[in-house]
Amino acid sequence: MKKSHIFALVVIAAAIGIIIANTGDASTYVSFDQAYQMASTGNNTQIHVVGDLKKDANGNIVGIEKSADKLSFSFILIDENQKEQKVYYNEPMPPDFTRSEKVVVIGGYQNNSFVASKILLKCPSKYQEEKINTSSL
Amino acid sequence: MHYFIGDLGHFFIILSFVTSLVSAFAYWKTINTNETAREAWRKNARVAFYAHSFAVLGVVVSLFVIIYQHYFEYHYAYSHSSRHLPAQYMVSCFWEGQEGSFLLWIFWQAVIGIFLIHTQKKWEAPVMVVFSLVQAFLASMILGVVIPLIDLKLGSSPFILLRDAIDDPIFSIQPDFIPKDGSGLNPLLQNYWMVIHPPTLFLGFALTLVPFAFCVAGLWQKQYTEWIKPALPWTLIGAGILGLGILMGGYWAYETLNFGGYWNWDPVENAVYVPWLVMIASIHTMIIYKNNQTALKTSIILTIATFVLILYSTFLTRSGILGDASVHSFTDLGLSGQLLIYLLFFTGTAIALSIWRWKKIPSSEKETSVYSREFWIFVGATLLCLSGFQVIIPTSYPVINEIGSWFGLDLRLATPGNQIEYYSRFQVWFGVLIALASGTAQFFWWRKIDKNNLVKELLYPALISLVVFALVISLGKIYKPAYLVLTLAGVYLIVSNLKVLFTVTKVNKALSGGAIAHLGVGLMLIGIMFSAGYAKVVSLNNTGMLISKDLPTEFNRDNLLLFVHEPRQMAGYEIEYLGERVKPNGIKGYVSKNDIDLTLDPYKVIAVKDIYFEKKKILSARDTFEINPENTFYEVELRKDGKVAAVLFPRVQINPAMGGFVASPDIERHAGRDLYTHVSLPMNREEEPEWSELTEERIQLNQQFFVNDYVATLDEVVRIHEIEGFKLDEADVAVKAKIKVKGERDEYMAEPIFLIRNKSQVGRIPSEINDLGVKLTLLNIHPDTGEFSLGINTRQKDWVIIKAIEMPLINVLWLGTGVLMIGFTVAMVRRFEDFKKES
Repeated sequence: MKKSHIFALVVIAAAIGIIIANTGDASTYVSFDQAYQMASTGNNTQIHVVGDLKKDANGNIVGIEKSADKLSFSFILIDENQKEQKVYYNEPMPPDFTRSEKVVVIGGYQNNSFVASKILLKCPSKYQEEKINTSSL
Repeated sequence: MHYFIGDLGHFFIILSFVTSLVSAFAYWKTINTNETAREAWRKNARVAFYAHSFAVLGVVVSLFVIIYQHYFEYHYAYSHSSRHLPAQYMVSCFWEGQEGSFLLWIFWQAVIGIFLIHTQKKWEAPVMVVFSLVQAFLASMILGVVIPLIDLKLGSSPFILLRDAIDDPIFSIQPDFIPKDGSGLNPLLQNYWMVIHPPTLFLGFALTLVPFAFCVAGLWQKQYTEWIKPALPWTLIGAGILGLGILMGGYWAYETLNFGGYWNWDPVENAVYVPWLVMIASIHTMIIYKNNQTALKTSIILTIATFVLILYSTFLTRSGILGDASVHSFTDLGLSGQLLIYLLFFTGTAIALSIWRWKKIPSSEKETSVYSREFWIFVGATLLCLSGFQVIIPTSYPVINEIGSWFGLDLRLATPGNQIEYYSRFQVWFGVLIALASGTAQFFWWRKIDKNNLVKELLYPALISLVVFALVISLGKIYKPAYLVLTLAGVYLIVSNLKVLFTVTKVNKALSGGAIAHLGVGLMLIGIMFSAGYAKVVSLNNTGMLISKDLPTEFNRDNLLLFVHEPRQMAGYEIEYLGERVKPNGIKGYVSKNDIDLTLDPYKVIAVKDIYFEKKKILSARDTFEINPENTFYEVELRKDGKVAAVLFPRVQINPAMGGFVASPDIERHAGRDLYTHVSLPMNREEEPEWSELTEERIQLNQQFFVNDYVATLDEVVRIHEIEGFKLDEADVAVKAKIKVKGERDEYMAEPIFLIRNKSQVGRIPSEINDLGVKLTLLNIHPDTGEFSLGINTRQKDWVIIKAIEMPLINVLWLGTGVLMIGFTVAMVRRFEDFKKES
């Protein structure tokens, strides 16, 4: 066997090792029910849940509660299985939050309530006005 | 409505698309035609490419005119700009949108294309075929044309009218409606780095095309080895500029965002970082080839991979596929299909061409010795690629999930919540290995080393490294194993390259580029290790009281509540909050909000007195000046041993359209560490403050009294004839009391007004002193005793909550970046000289 072949083998082994190590640590997108089960079995890894904000019949977002100092807030997220869950977020409401189409929360259950450590927003058009401000007419 | 400029711009886009295709075809014919017709085709091709470049310039100018002239009937101007945007940020608007950034990319490639036409005689035709094709693909992204019959929309034009872009009821009532103002530029992008970071980055993107084009041309024209010589200097510039662009982005994040760092391992960042790593690896394998004719195939693979990864990163960030995973990818413009074809076309063509020619590519059967310099460089290049591989896998999870779903697999892979920790855990070790490999390779490079003199050669550098390492860790108090190893590797890289630099410059300065660049990398590693690994929150709440029990524990622990003019202790400083400031546009300095009168236009305010900043008069009383009302700066003074050490102005932008407040830090820079301070919670001015019950005092002129524990004097009471610009009638009586209140630092004037209208209606206009938290009202006048009744309300004084982080040795990172860039420049100059000598 030539040295270059050994080198190639080492590289391939390293690449496979990287893939295994990566995926072993990867978090997954789950539903609230699965997340709850994971937490109750003592699995405290951070998981991702994708969902929509709860809206009333007129399309207005309902269920956002800001704390008195506006430094933290909670909202209601409906996951893919239509399960509603109140999510707590220990940071001020992110810009664009109410305009987002979909919300990804990263976190986990702590004593029956879902606490997000990070929120990702999917906005229909980020940084772009949806409706024109006609008041400036 | 200004239709002409938009139509002109759109015409130029179509022209640029068509001419790029013509140019590609004509250059193709230049190669595949007989000798007599060749020069004619070449001429045609050049004319076509010049026409293309002219059209691109036309598009750029048209779009800029639309933004600069505030033609808000155009969607691009409306959604990215506004009337109050300073001129330099209009430039940023240009590339805030996807179309504009494509345009920037096209523009740079056109410039480089013209440059290549004039410098590459032999390579012109095949290289320009590749260039023109890439230009055609990019131009198609902004084409904005619907192909009839199949109803296929090709590209998204920046010249689309607002009424066609947004479905708003106003347009059915009034089709010619033009908004008075645009919706403005994202406040975070109103930063000088955003003026220069995108052009640098896209110049880097554009430059990755050059080695790719040479490589493809080489394979195509069976010049399997010759392409390396012209490609190498371009790869060096490309890697230098791309690296600079990436680091500028990091520097922008450090200065503007408040996550306390410069690199977040966000997918959008990773997507450019990986091609950069591969590009660096390709430089190394090309250098190996130039020295001993090995690693040619690896060079070809890596050069192609660099460009393909750039296309892949474009696809990731612009197709919307990262939507769930990234905080700052572009808006999905429905271009994902087109982007995928762009990616697959060049990936497929390059791979097919390589496979077709593979057997013919000369390869050396020489076995590389472990003691050869080539071996160690090759190891380094491999490590760079593996490190990039580790980053690209989790970044690609959304793509992997999507591909999985085609096969019915529900993978649901997601990157871990804490990205920084996750990637760092792997990347620290790659950093260590790369540093060791490149430190060692440098010795092998300049000395003939074999088994016998290995120990002798490496002994001194190793010993010196150990001594420096011992010094660094004892001074830096490093105990974590991974950081210890990284520090050692970084120190070794620096020491070994200093030695090499010393030796090489004695022989020939032009050869020192590699050593300088590696020295820069070593410095960067040390800087990153300290600033990221040992960043320390210094704004610890040491009062023993919670700021608020509604707040999370961590917030209460890591943040300082500062009341105006009440000094606190922080990190060896006495820290004092001095109040809210505004920044006059175009003038260096800040103005207290107490010293300005508002006008009806929120962007214009009037100075109430002469304004001084750092002992220099910047404004005179009654001067009207422009501000950006979104921005408030919080003046914080740091004192050491009673002397002012620094004055910081962290910024908060209140932007209802963005849904809240955005805080940017101010950084107090020292050679050894930065003190990074940002506002974590400002006072909410919208809410009416809670005032205490009114207390009434009867005061005579010049009598001293106390308000909220401050000494106050009633100086005089005068009759006035107008209030805030409104003339009063003859029958009205208005008086203004002038009350002087002595604060901790300044004297303040409160001027409450007492008014009798039509002899019966009584009005009172109270006067507030924000800094002191007092409100004074002139309640009544008692002519019989010569006394005045004053009403006093007090409230909590103005406050701000700040967070401060100490970043040790972050300047070593920036220094290292500079050194790396110098290294790139020296190496590039040398390789261009080589190339010129040859041709």
